[in-house]
Amino acid sequence: MRKLKVTGILVAILVLASCKKEIIDKVAEFTGFQKPVNFPEPAYHFDTNPVTREGFELGRKLFYEPRLSRNNTVSCGSCHIQTSAFTHHGHDVSHGIDDRLGKRNAPPIMNLAWHNSFNHDGGVFDLDMQPIVPITTFEEMDETLENVLKKLKAHPQYPGLFAKAFGSEEITSARLLKALSQFMVMCISADSKYDSVMRNESSFTAEEMQGYELFKQKCASCHKEPLFTDLSFRNNGIGIGFNGDVGRYEITLNEADRYKFKVPSLRNLKYSAPYTHDGRFYTLDAVLDKYSTGMRYVQNIDPVLDKGNSTYGIDISDAERVYLKAFLNTLNDEHFVKNKLLSE
Amino acid sequence: MAGLLFLASCKKEGKEPEYNQNELAPLSVEFDNIVGGTNLYLNATTYTNAAGEDYTVSLLQYYVSNIKVYKADGTEYVVPQDSSYFLIKEGDQASGSALVNVPEGDYARLVFTLGVDSLRSTMDIDKRTGVLDPASGMDNGMYWGWNSGYIFLKMEGLSAAAPVDGSGQNKFRYHIGGFGGYSAPTINNIKEISIDLNQAGVAKVRKGRTSNIHLMVDIGKVMSGTTTVSIAANPTVMFSDFSTKIAANYAAMFSHDHTEN
Repeated sequence: MRKLKVTGILVAILVLASCKKEIIDKVAEFTGFQKPVNFPEPAYHFDTNPVTREGFELGRKLFYEPRLSRNNTVSCGSCHIQTSAFTHHGHDVSHGIDDRLGKRNAPPIMNLAWHNSFNHDGGVFDLDMQPIVPITTFEEMDETLENVLKKLKAHPQYPGLFAKAFGSEEITSARLLKALSQFMVMCISADSKYDSVMRNESSFTAEEMQGYELFKQKCASCHKEPLFTDLSFRNNGIGIGFNGDVGRYEITLNEADRYKFKVPSLRNLKYSAPYTHDGRFYTLDAVLDKYSTGMRYVQNIDPVLDKGNSTYGIDISDAERVYLKAFLNTLNDEHFVKNKLLSE
Repeated sequence: MAGLLFLASCKKEGKEPEYNQNELAPLSVEFDNIVGGTNLYLNATTYTNAAGEDYTVSLLQYYVSNIKVYKADGTEYVVPQDSSYFLIKEGDQASGSALVNVPEGDYARLVFTLGVDSLRSTMDIDKRTGVLDPASGMDNGMYWGWNSGYIFLKMEGLSAAAPVDGSGQNKFRYHIGGFGGYSAPTINNIKEISIDLNQAGVAKVRKGRTSNIHLMVDIGKVMSGTTTVSIAANPTVMFSDFSTKIAANYAAMFSHDHTEN
């Protein structure tokens, strides 16, 4: 009996191990851009930049290339770390070249193919144009695009890699940016437990299910499934930041946009602390505390947070918080943070 | 559907007769930057604005695009857009004029955009070549990364009226852009400039020679126009509501001096 039990466990371990291996092999194999079945149509313009293996691999190499920064010390991957769901773990605001600090939290490189604007303020509307921001920003990479191209042209490998990806050794802004986009659109997080439930491959526990119901009542109007953001700009009532960041207003100069920021996704919270545009909350409980008890009026606070009688926030009881956190935990996607295809 | 598209494109071509590109003749538009009655010299001559502030100019560049010419009878020729973007840079001889090709004829009116149209400002990166390439001349960058779009006119200089900045200089900086916004409307500083050539000489464009429309561009008007811009009050103007006042000022800085046929 005892022997049987041990064998049983062994078999189970073997089965598990082989399952896991299969999954890793599966995700590590390049199959082009594939829309997860529970996702909507992507927003990215694949017609002008189809993802190819060579383009994607070049984009990955460029993503981890420190030559994109002035003194060759900072790569995209420095602040967008895969194991932290492509965010900068532990940093409230971006920490760039020469230990300079930016004013906002590094957002995740995750499911960007479905986004129609980029950065916390949506100042960039084409993913291809996005890398210019960190490359040229004083606090991030402090380099010029012109100089990046020079460095890549002088590199022993890049001309050949560009030729493989684009048909000739010419290295241009367009090719550099499109290769980076090919890598970024492949950073898809769609293998969380939530996704498997949506694809009828598994089911929620009772606790997770209760959390899901609460989520749909209290959170889903902004954190829309399956991206867990409706991609809009809102003031979530956390109050004006230490640096007075006006958010979306900088882009539109519209008073109604002052202190609004893009609704962040709730996927991979386990890996991506700290939270919100300036990283002021280091734990999920701190965020939930703010919503449930700590909210005050601030200019342009989102109407969904208005509880009437000059009170703001979302009522979440202690019991509800347990369920909500159980549900949010199903949005963590281990495959995404470990997928070798996306690793340096 | 393909038939419809074909028809649609035919119809469009009907409005703008298709010219044999080999049959076109060169036309240049020269942008001669001045301040009032004097030539513009970078980092040298001191000028005075309407607010009574002295200043020198260290950097001046602007985009000219979407060039169109009209004959006296109103016939329009639109330069193909891919060949119609120019960055005029003071101090760079090669970037002082816009050279285009148009059908032979006598042209009585010139129209161009000061800035970069919204369509091109939102176009695929493949279509942003030459002076629109964000990698071209980023030292004096004419592209805003964080708020994706081009800077239409950039003017910088020194003035005792400007407060000392982080670099220890009394510098003023006017970076004017804004194509109207992509997903939400915002400031639009695109200016279409129309110039009547009848008074100072129509452009007689013929093959085998280059007709040159010589424009005077009074940079002093950036600060002195409908709005008197004080360097002391506004040493730095970039993406802000006030930039529309400066753009309205500079829309009036072009005048036709003569045409060399």
